[in-house]
Amino acid sequence: MEYYLQLFINGLVVGGIYSLVALGFVVIYKATKVVNFAQGEMVMVGAYVCFGLTVQLSIPFVWAFLMTLGFSVLLGLAVERMALRPLIGEAHICVIMVTIGLSSVLKSLVQLVWGTQIKVYPEVLPSTPVVVAGLPVAPVYIAAFALSGLLFAVFTLFFKYSRMGIAMRATAHDQQAAQSMGIGIRGIFALSWCIASVVSTVGGVILGNINGINSHLGVLGLKVFPAVILGGLDSLLGAALGGLIIGVLENICDGLAKDLFGLGGFREVAAFVVLVAILMVRPYGLFGTEEIERV
Amino acid sequence: MRGHCGLFFESYRAEAAVFPSRFQRVSLGLFAAALLLCPLALSGYAMSVLNLILIAVIGAVSLNLLTGVCGQISLGHGAFIGVGAYAAAQASLHGAPFLAALLLGGLAAALAGMVFGVPSLRLKGIYLAIATLAAQLILEYVFLHWESVTGGSRGLLVNAPRIFGYAFDSEHKQFYLLFAITSLCLLCVTNVLRSRHGRAFVSIRDFYLSAEIAGVNLFATKLAAFGLSSFLAGVAGGLWAHYTMFVSAEQFNIGLSVSYLAMIIIGGLGSVTGSVMGAAFMTLLPEFLNAGSSALSGVLPGIGGQIVALREGVFGLVLVLFLIFEPEGLANRWRLIKAYWKLYPFAH
Repeated sequence: MEYYLQLFINGLVVGGIYSLVALGFVVIYKATKVVNFAQGEMVMVGAYVCFGLTVQLSIPFVWAFLMTLGFSVLLGLAVERMALRPLIGEAHICVIMVTIGLSSVLKSLVQLVWGTQIKVYPEVLPSTPVVVAGLPVAPVYIAAFALSGLLFAVFTLFFKYSRMGIAMRATAHDQQAAQSMGIGIRGIFALSWCIASVVSTVGGVILGNINGINSHLGVLGLKVFPAVILGGLDSLLGAALGGLIIGVLENICDGLAKDLFGLGGFREVAAFVVLVAILMVRPYGLFGTEEIERV
Repeated sequence: MRGHCGLFFESYRAEAAVFPSRFQRVSLGLFAAALLLCPLALSGYAMSVLNLILIAVIGAVSLNLLTGVCGQISLGHGAFIGVGAYAAAQASLHGAPFLAALLLGGLAAALAGMVFGVPSLRLKGIYLAIATLAAQLILEYVFLHWESVTGGSRGLLVNAPRIFGYAFDSEHKQFYLLFAITSLCLLCVTNVLRSRHGRAFVSIRDFYLSAEIAGVNLFATKLAAFGLSSFLAGVAGGLWAHYTMFVSAEQFNIGLSVSYLAMIIIGGLGSVTGSVMGAAFMTLLPEFLNAGSSALSGVLPGIGGQIVALREGVFGLVLVLFLIFEPEGLANRWRLIKAYWKLYPFAH
C-alpha cells in the first residue's frame, strides 16, 4: 500500500508539471485556437537556457532564473511573430504542422548548443527529505508543487480581474466582437504566446531541478494532450486538474501493470489509452465548452 | 477537339481520363522509360536512394488520400505502415509467398487503420489529430512489448522478396519490383480519385454537412478512406520490411508519421503528383545534407557529430518555410512553372 502512496505522491508532482505545461497550452488555444505541438520543446529550451546561465556562466540561480524568464518572453514573441502570424486563418493541418516544424527546430538548436548528454542542475534546495504523511518527500518536490499552485492562482486571478486578462477572454470568445470593442488582437496573440512560453519555462526549470535535463525532454509536450483533453481544451481549471489526474493515473497504472501483468514501461501509454476513452465518451472534457452544431 | 492553345473536351469521359492529353501521355512514358533505364547507369547507392523514394511515394500517396483528399488529419500513419511491415514480415516468415505476404500486410494495416478510424465519426480537426496521435503511441508500445510477434526491441529478420522462385536480391533487381508496385499504387489512387468514392472524399473535406445532405454516408466514407489509405500504407510497410530485410519498433515512431505529413504538405495536399514530388524531396533532403556535411567537415571539423541534430533542424526549417512561403506545395509551383513556359515569350 505504501508503494502506491509513494506512486500517488510522485504522480502529483509530475502532474503538477504537466499542469503547468498544459496551462501554457490552454492559454494559447483559448486565445488563438492554435494547437501547439512545440510546447514540450519550449519547456526544454527554458530548462537548458537556465542551465547554461547557472552552470556554464555561473550566475546565481535567482538571477539566472529571472533572465531565463526574460529570454522566454522574447522566444514567445519571436515564435508568434515569425511562424504563427503568417498562418492566421489557414487550415488546421497547416497550423499543426508549423508547430511540429518549430518543435524540430528548437530541439535541434538545443542539441547543437548543448549536445545530447544528460545535464544535472546545481542543488538549489537542501536534499534532506521532509516527512509528509509518513513518507519522505524531497523538498524540491514540495517547492515544485507549491510553485505550480501559485502560478495557477496568479493566472486565474489575472484572467478574472485584470484588464488584459479580460481582453484575452473576450478575444477567445469572439474575435470580431473583441476587435470591434477596440481590443488589439495581435497584441493578445503575442501576449498569449509569451505567457505560454514563460509558464513552460518555469515547468522546465522545476523539472531540471528534479531529474536533470536531456534533449528528450520535449516528449513531455505529448503528455500534455491527455491532460488538456481530459480537462477540456479551453479551461484553465481543467488543465490544472487534468494534469494532476493524468500524472497520478499514469503512475498508478504503471504500478498496477507491473504488479499484475509484469508489463514494463506502461507509464508511456497509460495516459493515451485514457485519452482515447475520453475522446469516445466526452470529447470536450470535464470543463471544456461543448461545441453544438446546428444545421 | 484539341485546339492549338488549350485542351477542349467534348464529353465528360474525355475530361475524366487519367491522362487527358497526348503530350502528357508521351512525357510520362518518356519519364518512366528514363527511370527504367536508370539501373543500367547508376551505382548501388544511387539505386538505394531511388528505391527508398519509391517506397516513400506509396506511403505519401496513401496519406494524401486520407489527409489531403478526405481531410482527415492522421498523425498515426507511421504506425499503420509499421503494422503492415510486421504483418508482412510474419507472413513471409511463416512461409507465405511474397505477394501474398504483401497483401496480408496491407489487410492487417487496413484493419488497424479502420479500428482507429472509428472515432473519426465523432471527432474532427484537431481532436482527430490527437486521437490518431494516441493511436500512434499505443501502437508503438505494442510493437515494442508484444515480443512473441514483433520480436520486441530485437526486431525481426526477413528474407529478400522472391516471386515464383526468382529472388530480388540486389538494389537493381528490387528497383524493378518496387517500380512496378509503386506505379500500380499510383494508378489505383488516381483512379479512385476520379471515381464516385473519390468525389465523396473531396466533398467530406470541403464541408461535411453539405456532403451528408448530398447523400454521402459520412461514416462509411470516412472509414473507407481510413481503410484504403492504411491498406496502401501497409503495402508500403511490407515492401519496406522486405527491402531492408529487418523490422524493428523504432523505425515506425512518431517521427515517421510527421515526415510523411511533411511530404504531402511540401508536395501539395490532395495531389498525386505532389505526393511523388514531396516523397522525392523529403528522401533526397537527408542525402544532400549528408553530402553537404561531409564536404563541410574539412572546413568545420566536428560537424559530422552534429549531423543528426542538424538534419532534424533543417527538416523543421524546411517545413516551416514551405508552410509560410509555399503553402500550396511543389505541385502548384510546378504547375505555375509550366504555365509560364507554355506561352513563353508572349506571356500576358
